[in-house]
Amino acid sequence: MTALEPPLALLAELTHRCPLQCPYCSNPLALEKAANEMPTADWLRAINEAAELGCLQVHFSGGEPTVRRDLEQLIAGATAAGLYTNLITSGVALDAGRLAALIAAGLEHVQLSFQDSGAEIGERIGGYQGAHAKKLATARLVRDAGLPLTANFVVHRQNLHHLTEMVDMAVAIGAHRAEIANVQYYGWALKNRAALMPSRAQLEEMTTTVAAARARLEGVLVIDYVVPDYYARRPKSCMGGWGRRFLNISPSGKVLPCHAAESLEGMAFDNVRQRSLADIWLRSEAFNRFRGTDWMPEPCKSCDRKEIDWGGCRCQAFAITGDAARTDPACGLSEDHARLVELAAGEAEAAADGFVYRRYGAAG
Amino acid sequence: MTERTIIDMASIPRLAPHMRLRHDKARAQWTIQAPERSFVLDPVAHAIVSRCDGAARLDAVVADLCTAFPDAPRDVIEKDVVALVQNFVDKSVMQA
Ligand code: SF4
Ligand code: SF4
Repeated sequence: MTALEPPLALLAELTHRCPLQCPYCSNPLALEKAANEMPTADWLRAINEAAELGCLQVHFSGGEPTVRRDLEQLIAGATAAGLYTNLITSGVALDAGRLAALIAAGLEHVQLSFQDSGAEIGERIGGYQGAHAKKLATARLVRDAGLPLTANFVVHRQNLHHLTEMVDMAVAIGAHRAEIANVQYYGWALKNRAALMPSRAQLEEMTTTVAAARARLEGVLVIDYVVPDYYARRPKSCMGGWGRRFLNISPSGKVLPCHAAESLEGMAFDNVRQRSLADIWLRSEAFNRFRGTDWMPEPCKSCDRKEIDWGGCRCQAFAITGDAARTDPACGLSEDHARLVELAAGEAEAAADGFVYRRYGAAG
Repeated sequence: MTERTIIDMASIPRLAPHMRLRHDKARAQWTIQAPERSFVLDPVAHAIVSRCDGAARLDAVVADLCTAFPDAPRDVIEKDVVALVQNFVDKSVMQA
């Protein structure tokens, strides 16, 4: 195995509280209560440890990170530690004064999520009336302040027909980048998969639309596109490999190799309140469990892509097969792949559009 | 911005606001920290980017690089500089 490299970025999930209720939210089904959130001092220490460990960036996320009153303090701490700071927000709870305070603390970039290009579908997906206008107002504030802006769109069967409108809207609000991400199916999204899964034909159309938009908007808008891997031939390199590039800290201080890792039943994650970040990164059981290639089963073990995609996503392997140590079923070489494709096609066709909204206690 | 900026020798490029040229101690290399991106700069790229200060025209940057790298032909340097700056401008990492 090659020498262990330091992590590049910290994803700080400050809270699970959020005014929205997106049915594909990447938070775990068991949402952390406000009372269990780490206090400011612990976050500041964790942020400093991340910088010492070699991280260059910190992404403040949630839930909705702006519900934390101490966000400006955390941004200031990260900036003082030399980290490049990014706020990932739904933009419904940010006014001019708060944004100015965050920028004064050192904030460098905002990633603003939209549930659709328009209010009608977007607000049904987010479960929050009036969200769209607030988001547009937030976009304006961010751009007026001279900060770079990324517009994030999670796409699925119920909004993918607006893909072109989403891209045009990103340009209109002055975004530099649009992130168009197909839903990843674990946690809440797995619960709502039947209401979200696109068909293969829809997917192909999306890919064509993205390619055309990229050509049309070269030098105007960077478009990052995350393909849905149920229909892929080979899986994505999830997080750039388990425990290779990223650290995620949950609201209560659990240190995870990926924001979805809490969906892996039976795995225990260390808490940064009990153990230093460096120690967890280097020596914890969870980080070493799927690191590198030694843990791999066939067909990964003898595959020439094993250091390209690192066997794909552990959370997806677990969600589909019940075993996190199997090859990602999104891979065409996996024994489970045919079942996955069949499942996706069946759900896309059945077109059941009702949601289980992301709420405290709703997962049942 | 709704139109692509085309880079030539008369352009006066610099890093866009909130893009940070930063030395990465842990990995001993220069980088640009950008939104959700980290661009690694090899020594040549660093030499180019660090000279793009928003005051120098690109032909002056090229002339300066010719002095710093006397073994490299001017037309090669010019081509590399334009390609690199155009790429960063297209990604909103630099502006001109
Ligand atoms: S995905 Fe939706 S519900 Fe989940 S944190 Fe983001 S805005 Fe809130
Ligand atoms: S067999 Fe494993 S390593 Fe090879 S492409 Fe599939 S998931 Fe990746």
